[in-house]
Amino acid sequence: MSEWVKSERQAERERVRRSRARRSASIATASTIVFIVLVVWGVTGSPGWPRVRETFFDGEQFAKALPDVLSGFVLNVKIFIVAEVLILVVGLLVALARGIKTPAFFPIRALATLYTDVFRGVPTILVIYLVGFGLPALRLQGIPSDLATLGVIALTLSYGAYVAEVFRAGIESVHPSQVAAARSLGLGHVKTMRFVVLPQATRRVVPPLLNDFVSLQKDTALVATIGPLEALRQAQIHAASTFNYTPYLVAALLFILLTIPMARLTDHLAARTRRRRGA
Amino acid sequence: MSVLSIEGVWKNFHGHSVLRGIDLEVEPHEVVSLIGASGSGKSTLLRCVNLLETVDDGVIHLDGEDITDPRADVDLVRRRLGIVFQSFNLFPHMTVLDNITLAPRRVHGTSKTRAEEQAHDLLTRFGLASKARAYPDQLSGGQQQRVAIIRALATQPRLMLLDEVTSALDPELVVEVLGIIRELKESGMTMILTTHEMSFCRDISDTVCFLDGGVLLEKGPPEQIFTDPRESRTQEFLRSVLKSGRF
Repeated sequence: MSEWVKSERQAERERVRRSRARRSASIATASTIVFIVLVVWGVTGSPGWPRVRETFFDGEQFAKALPDVLSGFVLNVKIFIVAEVLILVVGLLVALARGIKTPAFFPIRALATLYTDVFRGVPTILVIYLVGFGLPALRLQGIPSDLATLGVIALTLSYGAYVAEVFRAGIESVHPSQVAAARSLGLGHVKTMRFVVLPQATRRVVPPLLNDFVSLQKDTALVATIGPLEALRQAQIHAASTFNYTPYLVAALLFILLTIPMARLTDHLAARTRRRRGA
Repeated sequence: MSVLSIEGVWKNFHGHSVLRGIDLEVEPHEVVSLIGASGSGKSTLLRCVNLLETVDDGVIHLDGEDITDPRADVDLVRRRLGIVFQSFNLFPHMTVLDNITLAPRRVHGTSKTRAEEQAHDLLTRFGLASKARAYPDQLSGGQQQRVAIIRALATQPRLMLLDEVTSALDPELVVEVLGIIRELKESGMTMILTTHEMSFCRDISDTVCFLDGGVLLEKGPPEQIFTDPRESRTQEFLRSVLKSGRF
Protein backbone atom coordinates (compact mmCIF):
# COMPACT_ATOMS: atom_id res chain seq x y z
CA MET A 1 0.00 0.00 0.00
CA SER A 2 1.36 3.44 -0.89
CA GLU A 3 1.92 6.20 1.67
CA TRP A 4 -0.66 8.94 1.93
CA VAL A 5 0.41 12.15 0.23
CA LYS A 6 -1.79 15.11 1.05
CA SER A 7 -3.64 16.12 -2.09
CA GLU A 8 -3.83 19.72 -3.32
CA ARG A 9 -7.58 19.65 -2.60
CA GLN A 10 -7.04 18.67 1.05
CA ALA A 11 -4.33 21.34 1.50
CA GLU A 12 -6.70 23.97 0.12
CA ARG A 13 -9.49 22.78 2.50
CA GLU A 14 -7.16 23.09 5.48
CA ARG A 15 -6.11 26.61 4.41
CA VAL A 16 -9.77 27.66 4.29
CA ARG A 17 -10.44 26.11 7.72
CA ARG A 18 -7.45 27.91 9.26
CA SER A 19 -8.43 31.26 7.87
CA ARG A 20 -11.99 30.77 9.14
CA ALA A 21 -10.71 29.86 12.61
CA ARG A 22 -8.52 33.00 12.66
CA ARG A 23 -11.46 35.09 11.63
CA SER A 24 -13.79 33.78 14.36
CA ALA A 25 -11.06 34.22 16.99
CA SER A 26 -10.55 37.87 16.09
CA ILE A 27 -14.31 38.51 16.06
CA ALA A 28 -14.60 36.95 19.54
CA THR A 29 -11.75 39.10 20.90
CA ALA A 30 -13.13 42.30 19.41
CA SER A 31 -16.66 41.72 20.71
CA THR A 32 -15.38 40.87 24.21
CA ILE A 33 -13.35 44.09 24.36
CA VAL A 34 -16.32 46.15 23.18
CA PHE A 35 -18.56 44.47 25.76
CA ILE A 36 -16.17 45.12 28.67
CA VAL A 37 -15.62 48.74 27.65
CA LEU A 38 -19.39 49.28 27.49
CA VAL A 39 -20.01 47.73 30.92
CA VAL A 40 -17.17 49.65 32.63
CA TRP A 41 -18.21 52.89 30.93
CA GLY A 42 -21.87 52.32 31.92
CA VAL A 43 -21.10 51.59 35.57
CA THR A 44 -18.41 54.22 36.20
CA GLY A 45 -20.34 56.82 34.25
CA SER A 46 -23.45 56.40 36.43
CA PRO A 47 -24.24 59.39 38.69
CA GLY A 48 -23.94 57.36 41.92
CA TRP A 49 -20.63 55.66 41.03
CA PRO A 50 -18.28 57.70 43.32
CA ARG A 51 -20.50 56.84 46.28
CA VAL A 52 -20.73 53.15 45.35
CA ARG A 53 -16.96 52.94 44.90
CA GLU A 54 -16.49 54.40 48.35
CA THR A 55 -18.94 52.05 50.12
CA PHE A 56 -18.29 48.81 48.24
CA PHE A 57 -14.74 49.02 46.91
CA ASP A 58 -12.74 50.52 49.77
CA GLY A 59 -9.25 48.96 49.75
CA GLU A 60 -8.52 49.85 53.38
CA GLN A 61 -11.79 48.37 54.64
CA PHE A 62 -11.15 45.33 52.50
CA ALA A 63 -7.82 44.67 54.22
CA LYS A 64 -9.30 45.31 57.65
CA ALA A 65 -12.27 42.96 57.21
CA LEU A 66 -10.41 40.15 55.45
CA PRO A 67 -8.96 38.33 58.51
CA ASP A 68 -12.29 38.19 60.37
CA VAL A 69 -14.36 37.28 57.32
CA LEU A 70 -11.80 34.66 56.37
CA SER A 71 -11.89 33.07 59.83
CA GLY A 72 -15.69 33.09 59.60
CA PHE A 73 -15.42 31.48 56.20
CA VAL A 74 -13.58 28.54 57.72
CA LEU A 75 -16.81 27.81 59.60
CA ASN A 76 -18.71 27.92 56.29
CA VAL A 77 -16.35 25.34 54.85
CA LYS A 78 -16.77 23.14 57.93
CA ILE A 79 -20.57 23.39 57.78
CA PHE A 80 -20.41 22.62 54.08
CA ILE A 81 -18.24 19.52 54.44
CA VAL A 82 -20.17 17.99 57.35
CA ALA A 83 -23.54 18.77 55.74
CA GLU A 84 -22.41 17.35 52.39
CA VAL A 85 -21.54 13.97 53.87
CA LEU A 86 -24.80 13.82 55.85
CA ILE A 87 -26.82 14.91 52.80
CA LEU A 88 -25.36 12.13 50.67
CA VAL A 89 -26.28 9.54 53.32
CA VAL A 90 -29.79 10.93 53.92
CA GLY A 91 -30.45 11.40 50.20
CA LEU A 92 -29.39 7.88 49.31
CA LEU A 93 -31.37 6.28 52.15
CA VAL A 94 -34.51 8.24 51.29
CA ALA A 95 -34.17 7.38 47.59
CA LEU A 96 -33.80 3.69 48.48
CA ALA A 97 -36.73 3.87 50.90
CA ARG A 98 -38.93 5.24 48.14
CA GLY A 99 -38.08 2.22 45.99
CA ILE A 100 -39.02 -0.42 48.56
CA LYS A 101 -41.94 -2.52 47.37
CA THR A 102 -42.30 -4.90 50.33
CA PRO A 103 -45.74 -4.25 51.87
CA ALA A 104 -44.45 -4.37 55.47
CA PHE A 105 -42.29 -1.34 54.77
CA PHE A 106 -45.11 0.75 53.35
CA PRO A 107 -44.93 3.26 56.26
CA ILE A 108 -41.23 3.87 55.52
CA ARG A 109 -41.96 4.45 51.86
CA ALA A 110 -44.82 6.80 52.66
CA LEU A 111 -42.65 8.67 55.16
CA ALA A 112 -39.85 9.08 52.62
CA THR A 113 -42.30 10.45 50.06
CA LEU A 114 -43.75 12.86 52.63
CA TYR A 115 -40.25 14.00 53.59
CA THR A 116 -39.23 14.88 50.03
CA ASP A 117 -42.55 16.60 49.36
CA VAL A 118 -42.33 18.74 52.49
CA PHE A 119 -38.67 19.72 52.44
CA ARG A 120 -38.56 20.48 48.75
CA GLY A 121 -41.51 22.76 49.27
CA VAL A 122 -40.30 24.75 52.28
CA PRO A 123 -37.72 27.49 51.57
CA THR A 124 -34.31 26.62 53.01
CA ILE A 125 -34.19 29.81 55.07
CA LEU A 126 -37.47 28.84 56.79
CA VAL A 127 -36.10 25.38 57.59
CA ILE A 128 -33.06 27.09 59.14
CA TYR A 129 -35.30 29.31 61.28
CA LEU A 130 -37.51 26.41 62.35
CA VAL A 131 -34.62 24.14 63.25
CA GLY A 132 -32.44 26.92 64.69
CA PHE A 133 -35.06 28.40 66.99
CA GLY A 134 -37.71 25.65 67.25
CA LEU A 135 -35.59 22.60 67.97
CA PRO A 136 -33.76 24.01 71.06
CA ALA A 137 -37.07 25.41 72.34
CA LEU A 138 -38.36 21.86 72.74
CA ARG A 139 -35.79 21.51 75.55
CA LEU A 140 -35.39 17.83 74.82
CA GLN A 141 -32.38 15.97 76.16
CA GLY A 142 -29.59 15.58 73.61
CA ILE A 143 -30.72 18.32 71.23
CA PRO A 144 -27.59 20.26 70.27
CA SER A 145 -27.55 23.93 71.19
CA ASP A 146 -24.55 24.82 69.04
CA LEU A 147 -25.79 27.13 66.31
CA ALA A 148 -23.54 25.78 63.59
CA THR A 149 -24.68 22.23 64.36
CA LEU A 150 -28.31 23.31 64.12
CA GLY A 151 -27.46 24.94 60.81
CA VAL A 152 -25.97 21.67 59.56
CA ILE A 153 -29.14 19.81 60.59
CA ALA A 154 -31.34 22.32 58.75
CA LEU A 155 -29.25 22.25 55.57
CA THR A 156 -29.17 18.44 55.64
CA LEU A 157 -32.97 18.27 55.94
CA SER A 158 -33.48 20.72 53.11
CA TYR A 159 -30.84 19.47 50.68
CA GLY A 160 -31.38 15.80 51.57
CA ALA A 161 -34.79 16.01 49.88
CA TYR A 162 -33.27 17.35 46.65
CA VAL A 163 -30.43 14.88 46.62
CA ALA A 164 -32.86 12.01 47.28
CA GLU A 165 -34.70 12.96 44.09
CA VAL A 166 -31.42 13.11 42.17
CA PHE A 167 -30.51 9.62 43.38
CA ARG A 168 -33.98 8.35 42.56
CA ALA A 169 -33.74 9.70 39.03
CA GLY A 170 -30.38 7.95 38.71
CA ILE A 171 -31.77 4.65 39.97
CA GLU A 172 -34.69 4.87 37.56
CA SER A 173 -32.37 5.65 34.64
CA VAL A 174 -30.73 2.22 34.88
CA HIS A 175 -32.37 0.08 32.19
CA PRO A 176 -34.78 -2.62 33.43
CA SER A 177 -32.84 -5.21 31.42
CA GLN A 178 -29.94 -4.74 33.85
CA VAL A 179 -32.22 -5.67 36.73
CA ALA A 180 -33.60 -8.61 34.74
CA ALA A 181 -30.05 -9.85 34.10
CA ALA A 182 -29.08 -9.56 37.76
CA ARG A 183 -32.27 -11.22 39.00
CA SER A 184 -31.79 -13.99 36.43
CA LEU A 185 -28.40 -14.72 37.97
CA GLY A 186 -30.17 -15.29 41.27
CA LEU A 187 -29.32 -11.96 42.92
CA GLY A 188 -32.11 -10.76 45.21
CA HIS A 189 -33.50 -7.22 45.33
CA VAL A 190 -30.92 -5.91 47.80
CA LYS A 191 -27.90 -7.42 46.05
CA THR A 192 -29.19 -6.30 42.65
CA MET A 193 -29.39 -2.76 44.01
CA ARG A 194 -25.99 -2.88 45.66
CA PHE A 195 -23.92 -4.49 42.92
CA VAL A 196 -25.72 -3.62 39.71
CA VAL A 197 -28.11 -0.68 39.97
CA LEU A 198 -26.48 1.70 42.47
CA PRO A 199 -22.95 1.67 41.01
CA GLN A 200 -24.37 2.67 37.62
CA ALA A 201 -26.86 5.14 39.08
CA THR A 202 -24.32 7.02 41.24
CA ARG A 203 -21.94 7.41 38.31
CA ARG A 204 -24.69 9.00 36.29
CA VAL A 205 -25.80 11.44 38.98
CA VAL A 206 -22.36 12.83 39.85
CA PRO A 207 -22.74 15.98 37.68
CA PRO A 208 -26.21 16.94 39.01
CA LEU A 209 -25.04 16.15 42.57
CA LEU A 210 -22.03 18.44 42.23
CA ASN A 211 -24.36 21.12 40.95
CA ASP A 212 -26.44 20.80 44.11
CA PHE A 213 -23.26 21.06 46.17
CA VAL A 214 -22.19 24.28 44.46
CA SER A 215 -25.55 25.60 45.54
CA LEU A 216 -25.06 24.21 49.07
CA GLN A 217 -21.71 25.98 49.43
CA LYS A 218 -23.28 29.39 49.10
CA ASP A 219 -26.39 28.46 51.07
CA THR A 220 -24.18 27.88 54.13
CA ALA A 221 -24.37 31.69 54.37
CA LEU A 222 -28.09 31.37 55.16
CA VAL A 223 -27.07 29.87 58.49
CA ALA A 224 -25.94 33.43 59.38
CA THR A 225 -29.59 34.21 60.07
CA ILE A 226 -29.57 32.19 63.28
CA GLY A 227 -26.32 33.69 64.47
CA PRO A 228 -23.12 31.62 64.25
CA LEU A 229 -20.05 33.68 63.34
CA GLU A 230 -19.53 32.56 59.76
CA ALA A 231 -18.36 34.72 56.84
CA LEU A 232 -21.55 36.65 56.14
CA ARG A 233 -22.15 37.32 59.85
CA GLN A 234 -18.57 38.61 60.27
CA ALA A 235 -19.07 40.85 57.25
CA GLN A 236 -22.34 42.15 58.74
CA ILE A 237 -20.57 42.96 62.01
CA HIS A 238 -17.85 44.93 60.20
CA ALA A 239 -20.35 46.68 57.97
CA ALA A 240 -22.50 47.64 60.95
CA SER A 241 -19.60 49.29 62.77
CA THR A 242 -18.17 51.23 59.82
CA PHE A 243 -21.18 51.81 57.54
CA ASN A 244 -18.99 50.50 54.73
CA TYR A 245 -20.17 47.50 52.69
CA THR A 246 -16.77 46.37 51.40
CA PRO A 247 -16.74 43.40 53.87
CA TYR A 248 -19.68 41.93 51.92
CA LEU A 249 -17.51 42.06 48.82
CA VAL A 250 -14.85 40.15 50.74
CA ALA A 251 -17.37 37.45 51.65
CA ALA A 252 -18.68 37.29 48.08
CA LEU A 253 -15.16 36.85 46.68
CA LEU A 254 -14.42 34.03 49.14
CA PHE A 255 -17.59 32.19 48.13
CA ILE A 256 -16.74 32.61 44.46
CA LEU A 257 -13.23 31.27 45.06
CA LEU A 258 -14.78 28.14 46.57
CA THR A 259 -17.58 27.55 44.07
CA ILE A 260 -15.65 28.16 40.83
CA PRO A 261 -13.39 25.10 41.14
CA MET A 262 -16.45 23.00 41.99
CA ALA A 263 -18.35 24.34 38.98
CA ARG A 264 -15.39 23.63 36.67
CA LEU A 265 -15.11 20.10 38.09
CA THR A 266 -18.82 19.58 37.34
CA ASP A 267 -18.34 20.73 33.75
CA HIS A 268 -15.30 18.52 33.37
CA LEU A 269 -17.13 15.43 34.64
CA ALA A 270 -20.16 16.13 32.47
CA ALA A 271 -17.92 16.47 29.42
CA ARG A 272 -16.16 13.23 30.30
CA THR A 273 -19.46 11.37 30.57
CA ARG A 274 -20.48 12.72 27.16
CA ARG A 275 -17.20 11.57 25.63
CA ARG A 276 -17.56 8.11 27.18
CA ARG A 277 -21.01 7.71 25.74
CA GLY A 278 -19.41 8.45 22.41
CA ALA A 279 -21.74 11.35 21.69
CA MET B 1 -37.32 -37.53 35.45
CA SER B 2 -37.49 -34.58 33.10
CA VAL B 3 -35.55 -31.42 33.98
CA LEU B 4 -38.40 -29.16 33.03
CA SER B 5 -42.05 -29.92 32.59
CA ILE B 6 -44.48 -27.30 31.34
CA GLU B 7 -48.17 -28.15 31.54
CA GLY B 8 -51.03 -26.08 30.14
CA VAL B 9 -49.29 -22.70 30.57
CA TRP B 10 -51.28 -19.58 29.70
CA LYS B 11 -50.03 -16.00 29.71
CA ASN B 12 -52.11 -12.92 28.99
CA PHE B 13 -51.02 -9.35 28.31
CA HIS B 14 -53.72 -6.68 28.36
CA GLY B 15 -56.51 -9.15 27.64
CA HIS B 16 -54.58 -10.79 24.82
CA SER B 17 -53.36 -14.35 25.27
CA VAL B 18 -49.69 -14.69 24.30
CA LEU B 19 -49.39 -18.30 25.45
CA ARG B 20 -52.43 -20.55 25.02
CA GLY B 21 -51.97 -23.77 26.94
CA ILE B 22 -48.35 -24.78 26.25
CA ASP B 23 -47.20 -28.32 27.12
CA LEU B 24 -43.50 -29.22 26.92
CA GLU B 25 -41.13 -31.70 28.55
CA VAL B 26 -37.36 -31.28 28.55
CA GLU B 27 -35.23 -34.32 29.39
CA PRO B 28 -31.69 -34.18 30.82
CA HIS B 29 -29.06 -33.29 28.16
CA GLU B 30 -31.78 -32.48 25.68
CA VAL B 31 -31.56 -29.41 23.44
CA VAL B 32 -34.99 -28.00 22.62
CA SER B 33 -35.42 -25.21 20.06
CA LEU B 34 -38.43 -22.97 19.86
CA ILE B 35 -39.09 -21.55 16.41
CA GLY B 36 -41.87 -19.39 15.07
CA ALA B 37 -42.61 -15.87 13.89
CA SER B 38 -42.06 -12.81 16.08
CA GLY B 39 -44.88 -12.61 18.61
CA SER B 40 -45.53 -16.34 18.55
CA GLY B 41 -44.70 -16.51 22.27
CA LYS B 42 -41.18 -18.04 22.21
CA SER B 43 -39.53 -15.40 24.36
CA THR B 44 -42.49 -15.11 26.70
CA LEU B 45 -42.31 -18.85 27.35
CA LEU B 46 -38.64 -18.52 28.32
CA ARG B 47 -39.42 -15.56 30.57
CA CYS B 48 -42.12 -17.64 32.29
CA VAL B 49 -39.66 -20.46 32.96
CA ASN B 50 -37.23 -17.90 34.37
CA LEU B 51 -40.05 -16.38 36.47
CA LEU B 52 -39.46 -12.95 34.94
CA GLU B 53 -43.14 -13.34 34.04
CA THR B 54 -45.75 -15.03 36.22
CA VAL B 55 -47.94 -17.52 34.39
CA ASP B 56 -51.69 -16.92 34.33
CA ASP B 57 -52.53 -20.61 34.33
CA GLY B 58 -50.88 -24.00 34.18
CA VAL B 59 -47.85 -25.27 36.05
CA ILE B 60 -44.07 -25.46 35.49
CA HIS B 61 -41.95 -28.04 37.30
CA LEU B 62 -38.17 -27.75 37.54
CA ASP B 63 -36.66 -31.05 38.68
CA GLY B 64 -40.08 -32.01 39.97
CA GLU B 65 -40.53 -28.84 42.01
CA ASP B 66 -43.48 -26.59 41.23
CA ILE B 67 -41.82 -23.24 40.51
CA THR B 68 -45.11 -21.54 39.65
CA ASP B 69 -46.24 -21.92 43.26
CA PRO B 70 -46.44 -18.35 44.61
CA ARG B 71 -44.61 -19.55 47.73
CA ALA B 72 -41.60 -20.80 45.74
CA ASP B 73 -38.40 -18.83 46.41
CA VAL B 74 -37.81 -17.03 43.10
CA ASP B 75 -34.10 -16.45 43.78
CA LEU B 76 -33.51 -20.11 44.64
CA VAL B 77 -35.21 -21.18 41.40
CA ARG B 78 -33.15 -18.76 39.30
CA ARG B 79 -29.92 -20.02 40.83
CA ARG B 80 -30.54 -23.27 38.98
CA LEU B 81 -31.16 -21.56 35.64
CA GLY B 82 -28.83 -19.74 33.29
CA ILE B 83 -30.42 -17.24 30.95
CA VAL B 84 -28.81 -15.38 28.06
CA PHE B 85 -30.59 -12.47 26.42
CA GLN B 86 -30.66 -11.16 22.88
CA SER B 87 -29.10 -7.86 24.00
CA PHE B 88 -26.35 -9.47 26.16
CA ASN B 89 -27.18 -7.28 29.22
CA LEU B 90 -23.66 -7.40 30.59
CA PHE B 91 -23.04 -5.04 33.50
CA PRO B 92 -21.21 -2.10 31.87
CA HIS B 93 -19.49 -0.90 35.06
CA MET B 94 -17.77 -4.23 35.69
CA THR B 95 -14.90 -5.98 33.95
CA VAL B 96 -15.53 -9.25 32.15
CA LEU B 97 -14.10 -11.11 35.13
CA ASP B 98 -16.36 -9.29 37.63
CA ASN B 99 -19.38 -9.89 35.42
CA ILE B 100 -18.69 -13.61 35.49
CA THR B 101 -17.78 -13.93 39.18
CA LEU B 102 -20.62 -11.75 40.54
CA ALA B 103 -23.20 -14.51 40.94
CA PRO B 104 -20.81 -17.25 42.12
CA ARG B 105 -19.39 -14.91 44.77
CA ARG B 106 -22.47 -13.00 45.91
CA VAL B 107 -25.15 -15.66 45.45
CA HIS B 108 -23.39 -18.99 45.79
CA GLY B 109 -20.80 -17.88 48.34
CA THR B 110 -17.77 -19.06 46.35
CA SER B 111 -14.51 -17.47 47.49
CA LYS B 112 -13.03 -14.75 45.29
CA THR B 113 -9.96 -16.81 44.34
CA ARG B 114 -12.00 -19.89 43.55
CA ALA B 115 -14.58 -17.95 41.51
CA GLU B 116 -11.86 -16.18 39.53
CA GLU B 117 -10.08 -19.46 38.89
CA GLN B 118 -13.28 -20.94 37.49
CA ALA B 119 -13.93 -17.81 35.43
CA HIS B 120 -10.44 -17.95 33.95
CA ASP B 121 -10.93 -21.61 33.07
CA LEU B 122 -14.17 -20.81 31.26
CA LEU B 123 -12.67 -17.79 29.48
CA THR B 124 -9.72 -19.89 28.32
CA ARG B 125 -12.01 -22.66 27.16
CA PHE B 126 -14.00 -20.24 25.01
CA GLY B 127 -11.03 -18.26 23.70
CA LEU B 128 -11.51 -15.08 25.71
CA ALA B 129 -8.68 -15.38 28.24
CA SER B 130 -7.11 -12.10 27.12
CA LYS B 131 -10.34 -10.19 27.77
CA ALA B 132 -10.69 -10.86 31.51
CA ARG B 133 -9.81 -7.27 32.46
CA ALA B 134 -11.72 -5.59 29.61
CA TYR B 135 -14.99 -3.73 30.05
CA PRO B 136 -18.02 -4.82 28.00
CA ASP B 137 -17.98 -1.74 25.75
CA GLN B 138 -14.43 -2.61 24.68
CA LEU B 139 -15.63 -5.91 23.21
CA SER B 140 -17.33 -6.77 19.93
CA GLY B 141 -20.94 -7.92 20.00
CA GLY B 142 -19.92 -11.53 19.51
CA GLN B 143 -17.41 -11.35 22.36
CA GLN B 144 -20.00 -9.70 24.62
CA GLN B 145 -22.49 -12.43 23.91
CA ARG B 146 -19.89 -15.11 24.59
CA VAL B 147 -19.12 -13.45 27.92
CA ALA B 148 -22.85 -13.38 28.69
CA ILE B 149 -23.03 -17.12 28.03
CA ILE B 150 -20.01 -17.73 30.25
CA ARG B 151 -21.58 -15.56 32.96
CA ALA B 152 -24.69 -17.75 32.87
CA LEU B 153 -22.55 -20.90 32.88
CA ALA B 154 -20.45 -19.84 35.86
CA THR B 155 -23.21 -20.73 38.32
CA GLN B 156 -23.31 -24.27 36.91
CA PRO B 157 -26.99 -24.12 36.00
CA ARG B 158 -29.21 -27.16 35.63
CA LEU B 159 -30.81 -25.68 32.53
CA MET B 160 -29.74 -22.94 30.11
CA LEU B 161 -32.27 -20.64 28.45
CA LEU B 162 -30.97 -18.87 25.34
CA ASP B 163 -33.25 -16.17 23.98
CA GLU B 164 -32.41 -15.14 20.38
CA VAL B 165 -28.77 -14.93 21.36
CA THR B 166 -27.53 -14.22 17.84
CA SER B 167 -30.26 -11.85 16.62
CA ALA B 168 -28.39 -8.66 17.53
CA LEU B 169 -25.12 -9.73 15.93
CA ASP B 170 -23.47 -9.11 12.58
CA PRO B 171 -23.39 -12.27 10.44
CA GLU B 172 -19.64 -12.83 10.84
CA LEU B 173 -20.01 -12.71 14.64
CA VAL B 174 -22.87 -15.22 14.74
CA VAL B 175 -20.50 -18.08 14.00
CA GLU B 176 -18.42 -17.66 17.15
CA VAL B 177 -21.50 -17.60 19.37
CA LEU B 178 -23.01 -20.65 17.70
CA GLY B 179 -19.68 -22.41 18.23
CA ILE B 180 -19.87 -21.93 21.98
CA ILE B 181 -23.45 -23.26 22.08
CA ARG B 182 -22.40 -26.31 20.09
CA GLU B 183 -19.67 -26.93 22.63
CA LEU B 184 -22.19 -26.69 25.44
CA LYS B 185 -24.33 -29.34 23.80
CA GLU B 186 -21.33 -31.62 23.52
CA SER B 187 -20.63 -31.14 27.23
CA GLY B 188 -24.16 -32.39 27.95
CA MET B 189 -25.87 -29.14 28.95
CA THR B 190 -29.67 -29.13 28.91
CA MET B 191 -30.88 -26.14 26.91
CA ILE B 192 -33.93 -24.41 25.57
CA LEU B 193 -33.25 -21.88 22.85
CA THR B 194 -35.25 -19.60 20.64
CA THR B 195 -33.65 -18.80 17.32
CA HIS B 196 -34.07 -17.56 13.79
CA GLU B 197 -30.96 -19.44 12.60
CA MET B 198 -32.71 -22.42 11.02
CA SER B 199 -29.70 -24.38 9.77
CA PHE B 200 -28.08 -24.08 13.18
CA CYS B 201 -31.33 -25.06 14.85
CA ARG B 202 -31.59 -28.13 12.65
CA ASP B 203 -28.00 -29.03 13.36
CA ILE B 204 -28.01 -28.68 17.14
CA SER B 205 -31.54 -29.52 18.36
CA ASP B 206 -32.82 -32.83 19.64
CA THR B 207 -36.34 -31.49 19.50
CA VAL B 208 -37.78 -28.59 17.55
CA CYS B 209 -41.04 -26.92 18.59
CA PHE B 210 -42.98 -24.68 16.25
CA LEU B 211 -45.03 -22.04 18.02
CA ASP B 212 -47.77 -20.10 16.30
CA GLY B 213 -50.03 -17.56 17.97
CA GLY B 214 -49.17 -18.83 21.44
CA VAL B 215 -49.87 -22.46 20.62
CA LEU B 216 -47.24 -25.20 20.38
CA LEU B 217 -48.44 -26.36 16.99
CA GLU B 218 -45.89 -29.01 16.13
CA LYS B 219 -43.05 -30.78 17.88
CA GLY B 220 -40.56 -33.35 16.67
CA PRO B 221 -36.98 -34.20 15.77
CA PRO B 222 -35.39 -31.60 13.44
CA GLU B 223 -35.29 -33.92 10.40
CA GLN B 224 -39.05 -34.38 10.56
CA ILE B 225 -39.92 -30.74 11.25
CA PHE B 226 -37.65 -29.37 8.54
CA THR B 227 -38.26 -31.98 5.82
CA ASP B 228 -41.74 -33.25 6.52
CA PRO B 229 -43.76 -30.77 8.61
CA ARG B 230 -47.28 -31.97 9.25
CA GLU B 231 -48.98 -28.65 9.90
CA SER B 232 -49.66 -26.26 7.04
CA ARG B 233 -48.66 -23.28 9.24
CA THR B 234 -45.27 -24.87 9.86
CA GLN B 235 -44.81 -25.42 6.12
CA GLU B 236 -45.78 -21.82 5.47
CA PHE B 237 -43.36 -20.52 8.11
CA LEU B 238 -40.46 -22.62 6.83
CA ARG B 239 -41.17 -21.52 3.27
CA SER B 240 -41.04 -17.85 4.28
CA VAL B 241 -37.81 -18.45 6.20
CA LEU B 242 -36.38 -20.16 3.12
CA LYS B 243 -37.33 -17.20 0.96
CA SER B 244 -35.68 -14.71 3.35
CA GLY B 245 -32.43 -16.63 2.86
CA ARG B 246 -32.04 -17.62 6.49
CA PHE B 247 -31.74 -21.29 5.78
